[in-house]
Amino acid sequence: MRNIFIDELILATEKNKNIILLVNDLGFGVVEEFSKKFPNNFFNVGISEQSMIGYAAGLAAAGKHVFVYSIANFSTFRCAEQIRNDIDYHNLPVTVVSVGSGVSYGNLGYTHHALQDYSLMRSFPNMLIVSPGDVMELRSCMKYLVKNPQPSYLRLDKSSVYKIHNSLPKVSPGKWINVIKNNDKKKIIYLTTGAVINHVEKNFLKKNRYSLYSIPMWSMKSKKQQNNRIKKYKKIIVVEDHFHDGGFQSWLNESTNNKNCKTNIISKSISSSVVNKVGSQEYLMKLLK
Amino acid sequence: MLLEKNYRNISRDIRKKILKVSNSAKSAHIGSSLSIVDILVVLYKKFLKKNIFILSKGHACLAYYCVLQKFNYITDKILKSYGKNNTILLSHVSHKVPGVVFSTGSLGHGLPYAVGRALAEKIDKKNKKIYVLISDGELNEGTTWESLLFASFHKLDNLVIIIDYNKIQSLDFTKNVLQIEPLNKKLISFGCNVKIINGHNYYKIYNSLLYKSKNKPYVIIANTIKGKGVKFMENSILWHYKSPNNEELIKAINELE
Repeated sequence: MRNIFIDELILATEKNKNIILLVNDLGFGVVEEFSKKFPNNFFNVGISEQSMIGYAAGLAAAGKHVFVYSIANFSTFRCAEQIRNDIDYHNLPVTVVSVGSGVSYGNLGYTHHALQDYSLMRSFPNMLIVSPGDVMELRSCMKYLVKNPQPSYLRLDKSSVYKIHNSLPKVSPGKWINVIKNNDKKKIIYLTTGAVINHVEKNFLKKNRYSLYSIPMWSMKSKKQQNNRIKKYKKIIVVEDHFHDGGFQSWLNESTNNKNCKTNIISKSISSSVVNKVGSQEYLMKLLK
Repeated sequence: MLLEKNYRNISRDIRKKILKVSNSAKSAHIGSSLSIVDILVVLYKKFLKKNIFILSKGHACLAYYCVLQKFNYITDKILKSYGKNNTILLSHVSHKVPGVVFSTGSLGHGLPYAVGRALAEKIDKKNKKIYVLISDGELNEGTTWESLLFASFHKLDNLVIIIDYNKIQSLDFTKNVLQIEPLNKKLISFGCNVKIINGHNYYKIYNSLLYKSKNKPYVIIANTIKGKGVKFMENSILWHYKSPNNEELIKAINELE
């Protein structure tokens, strides 16, 4: 996914020289093409994530659309207050990009796993969470972000080139995308956000052939529009490569009008026992229950 | 040239206003506000027409707001709402206030933002200067030193950092918390041009701000006195927290007359 991201960023920067990419000394094998093509639009700020977000805010206030690229926790938790105050509070066009969603950095261990990032990023009022499910959703989301610069969090799997859509899906904040259409008579569906779609297709859909939907863009602001959609279903099985607490399912649950909502919203998320486990992404994903 | 008397009069009016508003709002950080008045007055009178200013020590916003009122960015009515319910003037610097570009309050945020703005000027080949006023307490922050590394590596000579060196931070004197001396040598070793001035002397402030740095970020170490202008508030940790009661207000105003 990271290569598709760079590919889209290069396409966008060819047309818009106000796009800037900041990295914190990460991105080997990913960012080189961009830095060679646009040396004036690329800065390796060194290993200093908090300051990096501050620089991004300053650049954005001067009219730049800044993409800040790093591994999951480094561009989120390490600089959480800078994102809160400098970016979100000022409503500045900075896209925080994190690579390694969920446990995609499997063997690198807990320090490199993104398991609480939704919970953090969705607590900022202006922040748009952008979590594409495959390379086509990613391309659509990048095109949307470039057209609509705003405080945003782009969450990418590591190196997956998984593709489930045949064409570019239409994306907008809070919008549901029908990924796989099956018999909806039972009114039970799968709903996901992000690269975990791959896991759902391979594991869950084999057991129960419900329709699969994804919401690649969501935020505090797009909660209101969810209730009408949610109430169409009897049961929604929400799958995410994140802890249950504070994640996508929590967001969806909070979006319902609780008193009248009869929909049973079920969570399939990663168990907190992952903290003490070591293994590949595939192995650790068995903890998604 | 400066007419020192003018500056003294403006600064005295602003100090009085700070005391009055602090008394009315029962707000803290009066010492931090009084220490930066002279620097702000010279900046606003001479240097900020086309340039950008960031107050990183957001807790000293009362001085900033009184200066903004003096230079007609906000009205006296707005100033009087300071710290009250439903005001735009909360007790830390806010970008919702006319004339303010960046909200601060958590320390160590203003300088990285200023670096970003200075970098944008360089990318766009424009020549605005970015002035950022930081506290000596902020020299404890990692982001300060990270930003200096970045600014000097990228030769951001349009960045002017003014350190309000009043030598008192929140709980104690800076020398008792984390001795930051030798400050001058540290800053030079980080690749900055450095000048040390008396931060209450208008000529020295003015002359130091006229300096044109080349290829290096520029740091002015302004030696200041926390609580400057009111003897019983000067050099006192207590006045980082306290607001003057009515009796103390009268005493302080009389001292400034």
